[in-house]
Amino acid sequence: MNAQFWLIQTFNGLSYGALLFLVGSGLSLIFGVMRIVNLAHGSYFLLGGYVALSVIWSTGSWVLAIPAAAIAIALLGLVMERVFLRPLGFDPLRQVLLTVGFAFLFQQAALDIWTGNPFDIDPPAALSRSIVVGGLHLPVYRIFMIGVALAIGLLLWLTMEKTRLGAAVRATVDDAQMARGVGINTSLISTLIFALGAALAAVGGVIGGAFLGVYPGLDFEMLPIAFAVVIIGGMGSLGGAAIGALIVGLADNFGKALFPEVSYFTLYAPMALILAVRPTGLFGRE
Amino acid sequence: MSRAQVKIVAVAAVLAAVALIVPHTSSFIILLATRAFAFSILVMSVDLLLGFTGLASLGQAAYLGIGAYLTAILATRYHIGLGGDFWLVLALAMLGAAALAALFGLFAMRASGVYFLMITLALGQCVWGLAYRWNSLTGGDNGINLSQRPRFFGIDLANEVTFFYLVFALFTASLVVLYTLVRSPFGRSLVGIRERELRMKVLGYNTWLHKYLAFIIAGAFGGLSGVLWVHTAGIVSTDAVVLTTSVDALLMAVLGGAGTLVGGVIGAAVVFFIREYLSTLVHWWQYALGGIYVLVILYLPGGLMSIPQRLREWRATSGAAAAKGVVMPAPAGRAG
Repeated sequence: MNAQFWLIQTFNGLSYGALLFLVGSGLSLIFGVMRIVNLAHGSYFLLGGYVALSVIWSTGSWVLAIPAAAIAIALLGLVMERVFLRPLGFDPLRQVLLTVGFAFLFQQAALDIWTGNPFDIDPPAALSRSIVVGGLHLPVYRIFMIGVALAIGLLLWLTMEKTRLGAAVRATVDDAQMARGVGINTSLISTLIFALGAALAAVGGVIGGAFLGVYPGLDFEMLPIAFAVVIIGGMGSLGGAAIGALIVGLADNFGKALFPEVSYFTLYAPMALILAVRPTGLFGRE
Repeated sequence: MSRAQVKIVAVAAVLAAVALIVPHTSSFIILLATRAFAFSILVMSVDLLLGFTGLASLGQAAYLGIGAYLTAILATRYHIGLGGDFWLVLALAMLGAAALAALFGLFAMRASGVYFLMITLALGQCVWGLAYRWNSLTGGDNGINLSQRPRFFGIDLANEVTFFYLVFALFTASLVVLYTLVRSPFGRSLVGIRERELRMKVLGYNTWLHKYLAFIIAGAFGGLSGVLWVHTAGIVSTDAVVLTTSVDALLMAVLGGAGTLVGGVIGAAVVFFIREYLSTLVHWWQYALGGIYVLVILYLPGGLMSIPQRLREWRATSGAAAAKGVVMPAPAGRAG
């Protein structure tokens, strides 16, 4: 275990964390604005990967696949929120259960449309190489993942903090009733955030498809990890999701490398501990 | 007879009919019924928390897993639990699961609402992580095969009908115990906590202890369910403790009707029927399952058990409308 081991593992952990940020930030935003625990979020991740595959098969364009998947899954989320979740009003348990029902429906639809075979999403050749930095072979694709997460994170942060729309979203998170009182269309904001969260998960699914693959069952494998990210960071907080993603990404990599027998335990035990000590997460708001 | 008595008689009659009919069907149906009854005990343990205490758990599979892994490890490594000591293992599994719940409950009881949902999810994932990765103990992904069922006092549980009756008897015993529990003053206090915890606190109840005890009791029944589950399937793997198993248990409780206990077995029966029987006939079975979930959650919050009451209400309102005729009574003018 030399310096190289630590550097490579840290790099891998960071890039995995970048992917987790895409999944976790969407889940966190949805919870923050609507208090919905979306158990179909893993399905958005998986379906995003599948839609990207279809786009790649028909057009051959990987670049086109990312926005196509994001838009398709955003529309799916939009319909799900407007038609099914909204009529339930504020009833967290029924909403949670409803999202699970949809997760099962999506599972079957994915099996019917894309069969049960595992696929990989091959990125363009330019991203498949690796570069040598200080004697370390770093895959360009993982650097690309970190870049995408940074760009999206920055864009989200700027939107939230610097624009009028962002201010309206923050007002809705803090006190939806008051926000409605001052003329903010909280209903529209909820729908937009739900669609955005779904789109972020779908982008994660496309980008993660290159090294996780796209296969049945990935949805419910990704879901608890996304929850670990959001819970450690705190539901409803963008910065929290970023830190949670980093912690989980690094803990997962080092856990698997150093203590393989208890690696998942080292991931979920801190999650339970944090929830017990501070139910709103490390950076969550009361 | 009061309405509660009518319900008890109806449930007893239906269960007796099932017990009499199932052994005369095919061995496939017998296995299906055995699995459903074994899993129903876990679903009832979820209902004790959800329907009577107001706590939605997404980690109940952990207790099923403890019971199942304990049984399999004791049987394959030490040859314990394949004779009359089966009952010892049953007690050990319930104690072990209760002990785990006592530990996990210390964490889980700090949260409520959706946070309880997530903390139980995290705790359940801890158990899954250990089962998945601790290969030397649990066999990892492959799991542990259990090649034989117990045999004692001249009873051979390898016989599917005999085993069905054992599972059915233990299910009925669990139902009776849990029903007595929720009708007891302790159970009434749980319902009080579900309805309004603050009021119960002000009245002087130790609500934390009530919830904690309910959590431990639910864990113990989860362990019992696990023992029967592993002997039914002959194998325990990470499938027993995976998140979707906890989700199944929660959904079955809601599907049957939360707060009814016996609704759990209806939920389990519907899901097992679709998943194991309908799936052999048609390829779209999962649409049926997901569709039923969505429809029940949207339009039948009381679950399938509430259908008779819904029908009564519907008949009462349509009957009243018919009696009134087409002429609506004129609204009385405001006095004063």
